[in-house]
Amino acid sequence: MQQSLNPIRRAKMRVTQKRSELKQFLYEAGNLVAFAGQTFREIFRRPFEWRETLYQCYQVGYKSTFLIGLTGFIMGLVLTIQTRPSLAKFGAVSMIPGMISVSVVREIGPVITAIICCGNIGSRMGAELGSMKVSEQIDAMEVSAINPHRYLVVTRVLATTLMIPLLAIYADGIAFCGAYVAMNIHDSTTFRHFMVAAMTHLEFLDIVPALVKTVLFGWVIGLIGCYKGYHARRGTESVGIAANSAVVTASLAVFVIDMLAAQITDLL
Amino acid sequence: MEETMIIAKEEGKRERLEHGPEEPVIRIRGLYKCFKDHQVLNGVDLEVKKGENLVVLGKSGSGKSVLIKCLVGLIYPDAGDLEVFGRRITELNEEELNEMRKKVGFLFQNAALYDSMSVRENLAFPLRQLKKDMPRAKKEALIEEVLDDVGLSDAIDQMPSKLSGGQAKRIGLARTLILRPEIMLYDEPTTGLDTGTSHEISDLIIRMRKKYNISSILITHDMPCARLTSDRIVMLKEGVVVAEGTYKELEGSDDEWVKSFFY
Repeated sequence: MQQSLNPIRRAKMRVTQKRSELKQFLYEAGNLVAFAGQTFREIFRRPFEWRETLYQCYQVGYKSTFLIGLTGFIMGLVLTIQTRPSLAKFGAVSMIPGMISVSVVREIGPVITAIICCGNIGSRMGAELGSMKVSEQIDAMEVSAINPHRYLVVTRVLATTLMIPLLAIYADGIAFCGAYVAMNIHDSTTFRHFMVAAMTHLEFLDIVPALVKTVLFGWVIGLIGCYKGYHARRGTESVGIAANSAVVTASLAVFVIDMLAAQITDLL
Repeated sequence: MEETMIIAKEEGKRERLEHGPEEPVIRIRGLYKCFKDHQVLNGVDLEVKKGENLVVLGKSGSGKSVLIKCLVGLIYPDAGDLEVFGRRITELNEEELNEMRKKVGFLFQNAALYDSMSVRENLAFPLRQLKKDMPRAKKEALIEEVLDDVGLSDAIDQMPSKLSGGQAKRIGLARTLILRPEIMLYDEPTTGLDTGTSHEISDLIIRMRKKYNISSILITHDMPCARLTSDRIVMLKEGVVVAEGTYKELEGSDDEWVKSFFY
């Protein structure tokens, strides 16, 4: 039927469709900003949910250590193995620790940690809150005069904001171990010598912006995971949609923040 | 069992008659709610007096659940007055609304138990959040008391996923009763349960109402439940109250639509 429409009519329909998609995107973005604002306000309201926040920190931090550690080790190992031949051509093998430290601390460590956490933590939060929404558990909290936003969202967002920077530092450390192992495949160096060579290349502007970036990664991963779950529609299908959407949106947000952070750091 | 339930109901009615006319604890005037193009509530008027159990009957999609969700501020109405304990819900700020919610219990259709918590934690959670000054021993005693009330003391350490539908409803009821509400709102408490369990839940509703002197609104399709628990019934059709009266009065109605619920 669409083929029978004239080109002007088809173009008009396409414009209308795009306009509606744009409207939906702006609506979602507005809601997300309002959700972030409410989360920020609720952080400072008493009573603070210490117990639940600590539990979420345990869930986000401790339970991700194996996955992040393994990823970090492989990251350091692969990076070293793949870089070595190029640097060896120029007789710059001694530069490997420095190059690894700068690339891991500035970029690869925080981004890989954040992406792993998007899949692991963001999806879990989206599914968990989505399931609570569908089974009316969030409504049950609300009608019992318990603030579900403070109890469920603030605690989770704070946990990711605090734990993801720590996980990134941990991933950086393990990546150094991986790089050290890879270095010793072809060359022989002590761990102390490797670490000294790695650290001498690191500067203040390598470490601090990376740390600030991971705090933002943590904030958006928690926020988007919770937002998607909290706004899941009724029906079991929406739980899967919330989890999936949380991963996709949070991963995209991580890359956007990374790009902006790279531009800002470049100006410093 | 049915006899004891009828006796309990009669006793409740007698007690209320002895105490004279009661003031309404819930008053709804001209309530309207529309979702996109679908007008769900179309000017609902009703009142619930202190100690009274009002049953709301109606077919699916007639706006019964929306009505009670408006009463606790889960859904914001488009128009109309909603008064609980003489205060307009739509004019309350967040703190005032939460204060009001502490006096109103809500039993969800699927009980809405927190599935990451055990039965004990489900019951302790509202106390931990809302009764921070209460001594731990008193909280434990309250948990045991409400579990005893609903006859599930043995289930205290079970997870919600291990409970049957009827047990989950009982625990859901216990979780609301632990805060000693003055009003209970039941959203289809017997839906999805077999006849026996449905009877037990109806019996429990009557007993709890008598024990804690609770006023209530009960949404249901289940006629035996409506017969056992109701003091008065209102019937909703397309978002409007079309009939009102006791079970017996409505049972004898000439209206075909009303009769279709009873026969």
